Amino acid sequence: MATTTQTTKEKPAQQKNKIMNGADSVIQSLITEGVETVFGYPGGAIMPIYDSLYQSGSKLRHILTRHEQGATHSAQGFAKVSGKPGVVFATSGPGATNLVTGLSNAMIDSTPMVCITGQVASHLLGFDAFQETDIVGISMPVTKWNYQVTKAEEIPEAIAKAFYIATSGRPGPVLIDITKDAQLGAVENYEYKKATKVPSYFPYPKLDMEKLREAANLINNAKKPLVLAGQGITISGAEEELKTFANRTGIPVAATLFGLTAFPSRHPLSVGMLGMHGNYAPNIKTNEADLIIAIGMRFDDRVTGDTSRYAINAKVIHIDIDASEIDKNIKADVAVISDAKKALIKLNELVQKNNFEEWLAEFRKLEDIETKAVIDLDIHPKGNEIKMAEVVHEVSEQTNGEAIAVSDVGQNQMMTARYYKFVNPKSIVTSGGLGTMGFGLPAAIGAKLGSPDRQVVVFIGDGGFQMTIQELATAWHYKIPVKIVLLNNSCLGMVRQWQQLFFDERYACTIMTNPDFIKISEGFGLEAIKVTERKDLKKAISKMLDSEGPYLLEVSVEKIDNVFPMVPSGASVSEMMLKA
Amino acid sequence: MEKLFTLNIVTENNIGLLNHVTIVFTRRHLNIRSITASESKIKDIYTYTIVVKTTEELIGKVAKQLEKLIGVYKVFVYEDHELIHQELALYKLPISAIKSGINIEEIVREHSARILDIETEYILIEKTGHKEDTQKLLKALQPFGVLQFIRSGRVAMAKPMKSLDEHLLEKENAYTYSNT
Ligand SMILES: Cc1cc2nc3c(=O)[nH]c(=O)nc-3n(C[C@H](O)[C@H](O)[C@H](O)COP(=O)(O)OP(=O)(O)OC[C@H]3O[C@@H](n4cnc5c(N)ncnc54)[C@H](O)[C@@H]3O)c2cc1C
Ligand SMILES: Cc1ncc(C[n+]2csc(CCOP(=O)(O)OP(=O)(O)O)c2C)c(N)n1
Repeated sequence: MATTTQTTKEKPAQQKNKIMNGADSVIQSLITEGVETVFGYPGGAIMPIYDSLYQSGSKLRHILTRHEQGATHSAQGFAKVSGKPGVVFATSGPGATNLVTGLSNAMIDSTPMVCITGQVASHLLGFDAFQETDIVGISMPVTKWNYQVTKAEEIPEAIAKAFYIATSGRPGPVLIDITKDAQLGAVENYEYKKATKVPSYFPYPKLDMEKLREAANLINNAKKPLVLAGQGITISGAEEELKTFANRTGIPVAATLFGLTAFPSRHPLSVGMLGMHGNYAPNIKTNEADLIIAIGMRFDDRVTGDTSRYAINAKVIHIDIDASEIDKNIKADVAVISDAKKALIKLNELVQKNNFEEWLAEFRKLEDIETKAVIDLDIHPKGNEIKMAEVVHEVSEQTNGEAIAVSDVGQNQMMTARYYKFVNPKSIVTSGGLGTMGFGLPAAIGAKLGSPDRQVVVFIGDGGFQMTIQELATAWHYKIPVKIVLLNNSCLGMVRQWQQLFFDERYACTIMTNPDFIKISEGFGLEAIKVTERKDLKKAISKMLDSEGPYLLEVSVEKIDNVFPMVPSGASVSEMMLKA
Repeated sequence: MEKLFTLNIVTENNIGLLNHVTIVFTRRHLNIRSITASESKIKDIYTYTIVVKTTEELIGKVAKQLEKLIGVYKVFVYEDHELIHQELALYKLPISAIKSGINIEEIVREHSARILDIETEYILIEKTGHKEDTQKLLKALQPFGVLQFIRSGRVAMAKPMKSLDEHLLEKENAYTYSNT
C-alpha cells in the first residue's frame, strides 16, 4: 500500500528517565493493548496526550482526520474490516461533541470503538471553563460504557477496562474522558494489565443446552424453515459454522444488510437480502415460512415492516448474545441467548438433513420474477441514462465481489447492498441502524487502513459526499488509496424517492445544484474523472481500480431512479412492491 | 393494562450510574413515580428502588435494558402483592395545632404515627406506611394548617427467602468472561 507513516521524531535520549505522566501512560497503555492506529484531532485539553504521542516515536500511527466525526467513522470502518477496536482522540468541548454522531452510530451498529477525550482540569469541572462540556453526560445513552478519569494513576486501569468492554460480548463504543491535570499528573508505578473481567458486566451468557435441543427439535420438524443471518454471525466469526448448518440441514439462508457477508451470496442456499429494499423472495417467504431461525440479528423495523403481520405462520427461534434483544421486536418461541458461534457449533451436532428442494424452488421462482421485473432493467437499462445499479454491478464484476464495499446512506447504499455480490466475510461497511449520511468516505479510509491488502471501494451519493467531503484531505495527506465512486444524481435520491411515491412528487428541498466535484477532488490532490455516458463506464472503472492512489470516479446517474422492490413503511413484508 | 411495578436494581456505587439508569426510563417515555437509593447489606453494593406505572410487557423490556448497563448487577421486578414496602412521611404543623382544642396526640395514635419533635413554633410528626396511609394522615392533619409535608420514595423487600448473595452468585454462574 502506498501509504506513508507520520513523521515523528524518535524519542530523545533525555526523555528516557523522565517520570511518566498520565498522558504517557495513555500512549503506553494503547501500545501495550496492541493498538497501531489512532484517528483524531488535537486541541487544548488533549495536548499533553498529543505531546506524549509525539515523544513516543512511531509505534502508534496517528491519522489526522479533518473533523472529529470523520475520525469516528474511520475508526468504525477500521473496526468493521479488522475486527479490532477503532481508537479515537479528541479534545474537550467541540471536539468531544463532534464525536456524538459517531458514537451513536457505533452503538446501534455494535461496533467496537474506544474514544479518548481531553477534559478541562478537574478543579474547573462544572465552572463553565473554556471548552468544558459534559461529554460523559452527553454520551451516556450512546456509549456502552463511559468514564471520567481525574487522577493520573487511574488511567491504565480505565483504558484496560475500556478495551475489554468495547470488544467483548456485544461490542460497542466506550468513551474515556481524561482531565488535563490527570494527563499531567505523575504515574508512580505504571503497570498495564489487560482486563479479563469487570464486576457487574456479564458479556458471555452460558449456552443453555436444553433450549438448544428445543431449537433443534423445531428445526428437524420444520417444513418451510428460513434462516435470517445478521451481523452477530460476523461479530462472533461464525461464518463457517453457518455454512455447515446450511449444508447440513439444507435450509435457505436470507440475510440482513449486515448479514450479507455472513453467508456467501453465491452459495446455492443463499436467498438474498431481507427488508425494505432487500430481495423479493425472502420477504414474501417470511410470511409463508413455518420456522424462522434468526441468528445474530435484531429484527430491525427495516427488516420486519409491520411486526403484527410478520412471520405470521412461523415459530421463531432467536439466537442472540444480548438477552435484551429477545422478544424486543418479535416474540421468540425458543430463545437461545448465546454467542452465535458457540450455539451453532453445538446446534450443528443436533440437526439433520431434510428435503427442502420444493421450498427452495419457490424462492427461485420469486427470484425470477424479481430478475425480470427489476434486476434486468437495473443492470441492463434500456434508456440512455446510466443507472446506479449498473455501476455497482460493474464494480462487483470487475472486483469479482472480493473488494470491501463501503457505502454511504441512501439509494447508493441500497444499490450497493443489492448489486455488490459479496464473497468474503467482513466486506460490507455501512451505517445501518443510524443511517448516517457522511459515513462512507471516512469509513472507507479507515477500512483501507484496517485491511491494507484489500481493494476498498466506496459508493457515495452527492448529498452524503458533501457531509464529510473534507476527508478527501485525509486520504490525500496519508496517500490512502480508497476508490471513491460518486453516484451523482443531483438530488437527495432516497428522500426524493419517498417524495415521489408517498408525497405526490412534491420534491421539497431535495434537488441540488452541485459544485464541480472533479475540480474539488483535484484541489484536494486526488485523481478524478467523470463519466456521463455508458460507453465509457467499464473502462473508467477498470482505470480507477488499477490506480495507485486515492481516486474519485464521478458517474452522472439517472435522477428519477428508484430502488425497488420496496416494502413501503408500515406495510407487511409480504406486501413488497416490485414497482410503483 | 398498566400496573404499578417496583424495581429493585442492584448496582455498583458509581458516579453517574443513577443518571444512566434513569435514561433508560426516559427513552421509553416512562415517568418515575418514586426513587430511592440505598446501601445494601453487601459492602459497595447499592439498591435503587424505583416505582413506575406501565405494562408488564414494557417493564420486562426495561428491566433487560437496565441489566445490560455496566454497573448494574441485577434487576428484580415486583408487583405490590409480592412485596413488603414502606414509605416514610414527615409533617410539620404550627404549634397552635396543639392549642386548638382537638387532641393531636389522639390522631397521631390512631394513625400509628409518632411525634418526632416539638419546638416552640412547630411540631413534627412522622409516619411510616403505605402511600394511602400517609396520605390519610395528611388529610386528617390538614385542618391544623400543615406547614410542610414530605414523603420518601418507596423502599421494598420481596417476600421470597432468597438472599442477595445467592441471587448474585446465580447470575455470575450463568456467564463467562471470555469467549473461549
Ligand atoms: C436507508 C436504509 C435502508 C435500510 N434498509 C434495510 C433493508 O432493506 N434490509 C436490512 O436488513 N437492513 C436495512 N437497513 C439497515 C437496518 O436499519 C439495520 O441496521 C440492519 O437491518 C441490522 O442488521 P442486523 O440485525 O443483522 O445487525 P445489528 O443491528 O448489528 O444487530 C446485530 C445483532 O446481533 C447480536 N450479536 C452481536 N454479537 C453477537 C454474537 N457474538 N453472537 C450472537 N449474536 C450477536 C446483537 O445483539 C444484535 O442483536 C437499512 C438502513 C438504511 C440506512
Ligand atoms: C445525517 C443525515 N441527514 C439526513 C438523512 C436523511 N436521508 C436519508 S437518505 C437521504 C438522501 C441521500 O442523498 P444522497 O447522499 O445524494 O444519496 P442517494 O440517495 O441519492 O444515493 C437523506 C437526506 C440521513 N440519513 N442522515
